Amino acid sequence: MNPSADTLALASTEFDLTKVADGQQVTLKWRGKPLFVRNRTPAEIQKAVADDGAAMKDPQKDADRVKPGKAQWLVLIGSCTHLGCVPTFGGGDYGGWFCPCHGSHYDTSGRIRKGPAPLNLAVPEYEFLSDTKVKIG
Amino acid sequence: MSGHSTYQPKTGIERWLDARLPIVRLGYDSFVDYPTPRNLNYWWTFGGILSLCLASQLITGIILVMHYTPSADHAFASVEHIMRDVNYGWLIRYMHANGASMFFIAVYVHMLRGLYYGSYKAPREVLWILGCVIYLLMMATAFMGYVLPWGQMSFHGAVVITNLFGALPIVGPSITTWLWGGFAVDNATLNRFFSLHYLLPFMIAGVVILHIWALHVVGQNNPTGVEPKSKADTLPFTPYATVKDGFAMSVFLILFATFVFYLPNALGHADNYVEANPLVTPAHIVPEWYFLPFYAILRAVPDKLMGVLAMFGAIACLFALPWLDTSKVRSMRYRPTAKLYFIIFVVACCILGLCGAKLPDDPVLGHFKTFTLGDADLNSFVWLSRFASLYYFAFFLVILPVLGLVEKTLPVPDSIASPALSHPAAAPEQATAAPEMKG
Repeated sequence: MNPSADTLALASTEFDLTKVADGQQVTLKWRGKPLFVRNRTPAEIQKAVADDGAAMKDPQKDADRVKPGKAQWLVLIGSCTHLGCVPTFGGGDYGGWFCPCHGSHYDTSGRIRKGPAPLNLAVPEYEFLSDTKVKIG
Repeated sequence: MSGHSTYQPKTGIERWLDARLPIVRLGYDSFVDYPTPRNLNYWWTFGGILSLCLASQLITGIILVMHYTPSADHAFASVEHIMRDVNYGWLIRYMHANGASMFFIAVYVHMLRGLYYGSYKAPREVLWILGCVIYLLMMATAFMGYVLPWGQMSFHGAVVITNLFGALPIVGPSITTWLWGGFAVDNATLNRFFSLHYLLPFMIAGVVILHIWALHVVGQNNPTGVEPKSKADTLPFTPYATVKDGFAMSVFLILFATFVFYLPNALGHADNYVEANPLVTPAHIVPEWYFLPFYAILRAVPDKLMGVLAMFGAIACLFALPWLDTSKVRSMRYRPTAKLYFIIFVVACCILGLCGAKLPDDPVLGHFKTFTLGDADLNSFVWLSRFASLYYFAFFLVILPVLGLVEKTLPVPDSIASPALSHPAAAPEQATAAPEMKG
């Protein structure tokens, strides 16, 4: 009952970043799950970096969650690490994502700050093919 | 109670068959001549009602499969096709969907009956555990069935429940991938759930046969909890139990029909009439009503793994129940203190059900805030569910084991036919000194 070959073949995808305006987020479907590609505003980045030292369940620096020099681009698997619901942006106490199922709050870096989820929103393996194109997976 | 058979083949064909396959004899001994305690009340009719539920689910389910398409692209449309185009498709589907709820209503009454009258105590432990296995299979079947219409609630319900297994250390992620058949809930998941949803009811039917077999070996419990001792204590299954069961089934069918014909969607969620979209989770996601108490226990625990363990632990308590309850008196009719705790237990389960349906942070009373305790305000459903969960576990793990050793019980009758007051130990003081070893 493990995944079949054609299912595994859906493993990677390419995305054109010019489609995402400043402060916007695009949700793609990748491996059957939502993928958030967020073009963060300087205020969001500042907030995330300022909180680097705050008490967290899954401590991680904002800089470790983005590619060097590309801090505006935050790529996340849009699946709550609690039980897999899709968090919505703009809700919650930390200005980031809020999961409607069991009330997990994520900050503007996608780090878990409050609620039952154990881990930060996962950053998938991805690379910049050019300044405006990423390959995910 | 499986005494010698009194079946007398009357015709030549019956004699011929009886010598080769005594199936008529089996039916006669099990459902005609079978001795039932004479004092069974209406709480004992739910076994028959449950058989009716299982038969109804099997028949409607098999017809639904003739019109359903198990594919992520077509499942939702095929359910609408059943509702609109198939002859009496709406009726069959509403019977199947509401039938699941009726099945759970009946099984919960049946289980609470067993809990109250001590039907799990020796020698009925295996009978009780087989019942718990049926309940577990029912939950798996109901969950997978709910996924098949491939609506928003179906999809995200499946996401949440399959992710529960991901909380387990080491094996968790592999189990989840195995359930999904891919990277997420998708077409492969729908197909395997469809296959299992068709298989499990037949497994339930098989365990039901074992359950009835075990029942007929040890005999039925009864409201006094005293084993039948003579012919005076029992009545033949037919006509007494068949007529009583038949009447109870008719009343139950009125309730069933009320839901099917007047409130067909009252127990469902409007969001499930929206086709599954993996990119958007409905704002308020809740399971079907019959899972709400367990869902509340899951959410009561702030830690993911511990929450999952608590939820499965709540079911594990049922399996261990025959060894957790230390009381020598079977029926709570003669256990006034246990009766009180039992009533609180039923209330706690209902409260958990209510908590499961509400948002965790919503206030229970009014709109005011009290003070924050831990991660939430005390006046919130999450705290209410914590208190109720605590009572749920305390009932099984503390109250029943301890109470059985310290409780003062009432005098138990000598036999079903003789009234309790003729018992020599009529005075409560004496009753506690010489407890009820006769059960």
